[in-house]
Amino acid sequence: MDLLNPGFGLLIWTLLAFLIVFFILKKFAWKPILSSLKQREEGIADAIASAEKIKIEMAQLKNENESLLAKAREERSAMLKEAKDASDKMIAEAKEKARLEYDKILADAQAAIHQQKNAAITEVKNEVGRLVIDVAEKVLRKELNNKNEQEKYIQELAGGVKLN
Amino acid sequence: MSLRSPKYLLALVFSLFIVSFSNVSVAQSGDQNDHEVRKTRNAAEQKEKKLKPGDILMEHIMDAHEFHFLNFGTHHVSLPLPVILYSPQKGFSAFMSSKFEHGEKTYKGYRLIDEHYLEKLRDEGVDIKKAGLSTGKIIAVNDNDAYEPATKIYDLSMTRNVVQMLVALALLVWLLLSSAKKYQRNGPNKSPSGMQNAIESVITFIRDEVAKPNLGHHYEKYMPYILTVFFFILINNIFGLLPGSANVTGNIAFTLVLALVSFVVILFSTNKHFWSHIFWPPVPHGIKFILIPVEFLGIFTKPFALMIRLFANMVAGHMVITCLIMLIFIFGSMTPFAGYGFSPVSLGFTIFIYMIEILVAFIQAFIFANLTAVFIGQAFEGEHHDGNDHIEDPVII
Repeated sequence: MDLLNPGFGLLIWTLLAFLIVFFILKKFAWKPILSSLKQREEGIADAIASAEKIKIEMAQLKNENESLLAKAREERSAMLKEAKDASDKMIAEAKEKARLEYDKILADAQAAIHQQKNAAITEVKNEVGRLVIDVAEKVLRKELNNKNEQEKYIQELAGGVKLN
Repeated sequence: MSLRSPKYLLALVFSLFIVSFSNVSVAQSGDQNDHEVRKTRNAAEQKEKKLKPGDILMEHIMDAHEFHFLNFGTHHVSLPLPVILYSPQKGFSAFMSSKFEHGEKTYKGYRLIDEHYLEKLRDEGVDIKKAGLSTGKIIAVNDNDAYEPATKIYDLSMTRNVVQMLVALALLVWLLLSSAKKYQRNGPNKSPSGMQNAIESVITFIRDEVAKPNLGHHYEKYMPYILTVFFFILINNIFGLLPGSANVTGNIAFTLVLALVSFVVILFSTNKHFWSHIFWPPVPHGIKFILIPVEFLGIFTKPFALMIRLFANMVAGHMVITCLIMLIFIFGSMTPFAGYGFSPVSLGFTIFIYMIEILVAFIQAFIFANLTAVFIGQAFEGEHHDGNDHIEDPVII
């Protein structure tokens, strides 16, 4: 049948045309197109990969920031606490010191009072002693003159002696 | 479909009714623009006996030495094409096919066989079938216009299939080169535009759906070939669908070349595993004797199937469309009213089939490319079992 009989001319022309078209397209069309497509796809894949990487890095950075912040907060509270402790301690120390000073001053004062009191008593004693001696002297002088008068005088003296 | 419309149904019933009443010639049938119409009408006007649907059908499907559009009476409107002949006796000769005057004259001792001459040969007692003669062929004749079977002719003419193919390929090359230039000009990171965009989506489809699944990591090596085959078939399929154009992809010579190229590519892709599978298949020894011839034949049946599939699909589509158009004139040769009456039905069906043919143009190009990739994949299969899904038994359509 004619339909199934390949024509020689068409066969040759088709073969020629196919081979020529194949080599032209291979060199000038498929090569640049396929390489461009490949480059583009690789570029997109790279971009996606780097975006993913940046995302991860950002997350990491955020985590770091947060941990830093938390740490800073902790530090701040610790510092506050320390300062408070220090000030408390200082106050307590100052109080203690003040108390000790006060005690010391009090003790000194008491000692001084005591000393002065002793000195005063000693002086009084000495005075009394002198007075007694004076009185005794006078009494003794009078006694020798008049007995009545002596007694009267003693009484007078005794009345005149006032302690304090 | 067209039959859904009651109008068409009515037309069909009406025309069938009229058919049963008449047997007038086709001479007055419609003034439609389709060239089939004119040709048939002219055939009738020339009083060449009866309408011969078979001959017209073959004329549409087969190759020819001219683009024949229509006849006005005895005047042919056609585009002559160059005839290039080689014969060992006469050497090369090249001239336009118009020199033959549609088979009415001899030129440089050659003649284009037309119906009259074929009839004459038959009367002279030449075994036409055995000599492989038919209308549209060029033969060598002597001075008395008698057939010279001794002179062997190699017909290398630019027939209408060749010319149409070259035009289609020129367009294809221009389209692809211009979009390739766009890639080079804009760099890979600019989004594609216009025709480049359309072509790019097809290329990525072929790469991702045809090459990668079938060829695994070898795909880059075969991409240019598979893409060229796909676009080569596609552009010729589409050009073949233009009204009045030649049926390039539905010609066995065209598909034979493509299948031959595929065969060569498949053979060059084979590895040891492939051949050992054919000549020493891993089956019990008794079965080997059956399987070895089967496997060996398989080498040839694969490209043969490629050839027949594309040819048959495209020829069938063109035949169906031509037949549907011709139905108008078959009815019209009974009575003109039947011709008019049937034309809407015929046209409806033709448009429907035409739509399918557009689909088929893409599908067949895809199937040829895909099966070629499958066969190449099978040829170097077993080299690496790296988890690529090779299709073991391709669906043969």
